[in-house]
Amino acid sequence: MNVGKMIAPHIRNVAPSGIRKYFDLINEMKDAISLGIGEPDFVTPWRIREEGIYSLEKGYTHYSSNAGYIELRREICNYMKRRCNLEYNAESEVIVTVGGSEAIDLAIRTIVTRGDEVVIPEPSFVAYKGCTLFAGAVPVPIELKAGDQFRLRRKDLEKAVTDKTKIVIIAYPNNPTGAIMNYEDYLEIVDFLKDKDIIIISDELYAELTYTGKHVSIANFEEMKDRTIVVNGFSKAFAMTGWRIGYACGNKEIIGQMKKIHQYAIMCAPTTAQYAAMEALRNCDDDVAEMVAEYNHRRRVVLDGFRKAGLDCFEPLGAFYVFPDIRKTGLSSDEFCERLLLEERVLAVPGSAFGDCGEGFIRATYATSMDNLIEAIRRNERFVNKL
Amino acid sequence: MKNEIMDILSKNSRISNEQIAIMLGRTEEEVKQAISEMEEQNIILGYPATINWEKTDKEVIMAFIEVRVTPQRDRGFDKVAERIYQYPQVKSCNLMSGSYDLFVAVEGKTMKEVALFVAEKLATIESVVSTSTHFVLKKYKENGVSFEHKQSDNREAVVL
Ligand SMILES: Cc1ncc(COP(=O)(O)O)c(C=O)c1O
Repeated sequence: MNVGKMIAPHIRNVAPSGIRKYFDLINEMKDAISLGIGEPDFVTPWRIREEGIYSLEKGYTHYSSNAGYIELRREICNYMKRRCNLEYNAESEVIVTVGGSEAIDLAIRTIVTRGDEVVIPEPSFVAYKGCTLFAGAVPVPIELKAGDQFRLRRKDLEKAVTDKTKIVIIAYPNNPTGAIMNYEDYLEIVDFLKDKDIIIISDELYAELTYTGKHVSIANFEEMKDRTIVVNGFSKAFAMTGWRIGYACGNKEIIGQMKKIHQYAIMCAPTTAQYAAMEALRNCDDDVAEMVAEYNHRRRVVLDGFRKAGLDCFEPLGAFYVFPDIRKTGLSSDEFCERLLLEERVLAVPGSAFGDCGEGFIRATYATSMDNLIEAIRRNERFVNKL
Repeated sequence: MKNEIMDILSKNSRISNEQIAIMLGRTEEEVKQAISEMEEQNIILGYPATINWEKTDKEVIMAFIEVRVTPQRDRGFDKVAERIYQYPQVKSCNLMSGSYDLFVAVEGKTMKEVALFVAEKLATIESVVSTSTHFVLKKYKENGVSFEHKQSDNREAVVL
């Protein structure tokens, strides 16, 4: 038997992530600085870790209910009310998942069938396209523009939405651009989407990392709430990437069907992480505020650094990424990143890894120590100057 | 802005005004001005470094001393405290709630030196009723910095 031939074409045909080569390169280098990591450098706050340890000491090592412990779901509802001004029913409108990642996968699989279209504004986190393809549906990219500060505009949606569209993905604060959308930005989007038979998946993993004003969710608009699946989690806000825990909130019929997939494919999110997550939601606002303040300092430092190196860069107001425009160097984003790594031992990720329209940009993460950042900026400036 | 500057300096007092200005999105001039004001108002009192003396060949012995005193009429504890904290050997001096009154950190080159200082200088002050000396055997954390535990960055080098 040719085993390879047995693999389903819609799985085989999805391209693996293009950043593998950087991974191999950097692993052979000493003193390289990576600005290529999409996760917090902070270790999970001790009180959260301690709560996880305590739950293990007490012997809480079993499955939870499929949707997650009800106490945790109640905490999630309190949190969503408190921080996002969104009300959900803990019994029926919340599901605890293995990271926001699983929630994204469940949401897409629950809504689409073969041939349906999923509108994905790019540059974008890579999971949406992959999950769409694995579900047999068709990703329809929107090219966001640096000139619009990578915000989603009605005119972009008008072009992309067809009568096959079942999902529009909205992800602000954004990975990889650091863009946010404020209340006014959403008005025209809401106006366009509100009477269409389209579900919104709003990926709000970076909601806490908003540096001016308060995070706004599209679900904050009354006419959108019932048709929006809000995906959130603990990875970015509480520096809990390795715990693998997140959640989705939304209409109870949708959440109910998502729960069914989750029940059969996953059973439940890790229970140690669920106990830790309860502590995070109950008692860690100050820890979050401290991390956000630190990110904000670094954000200004990297932005200033890239601009001083002569690169155009719009001011990112969320997440922990800057997305400088490297077109004036004459290099492609892949060339730029490869040479920056080989010649100056600084790793950034080419914008093209996040969709075709990311070409001409690079993504640099500022979730790394200030000392590293300052050194990386110095090296980047030296590199750009000698081009 | 001052609160933010204090937070930054309390973690790293060697950082330049220029760097602080970038971090806060202010001008260097504004930062300089704010820091001078805080220095003048005795809000910022000094810029010490946190040093692990155990790793040096300098002998430093530290003790914490619980001091019980009879408060003086009109002056409360301030007068005694002042007599104690004027000694350069005294590194910190705090008025406490609970079963003793002053909590005094004393530094010296040897245990004997510290013990003698307590016996001869602190215990003999008129209103001091009793002292109880606790020598520090090992420091784990000071000024929010842990001495042993340095978290290394063990993340994968590229993650989307
Ligand atoms: C935009 C976005 N959504 C979701 C995720 C997945 O996060 P989680 O760790 O909760 O699965 C990430 C992680 O990088 C992300 O950047």
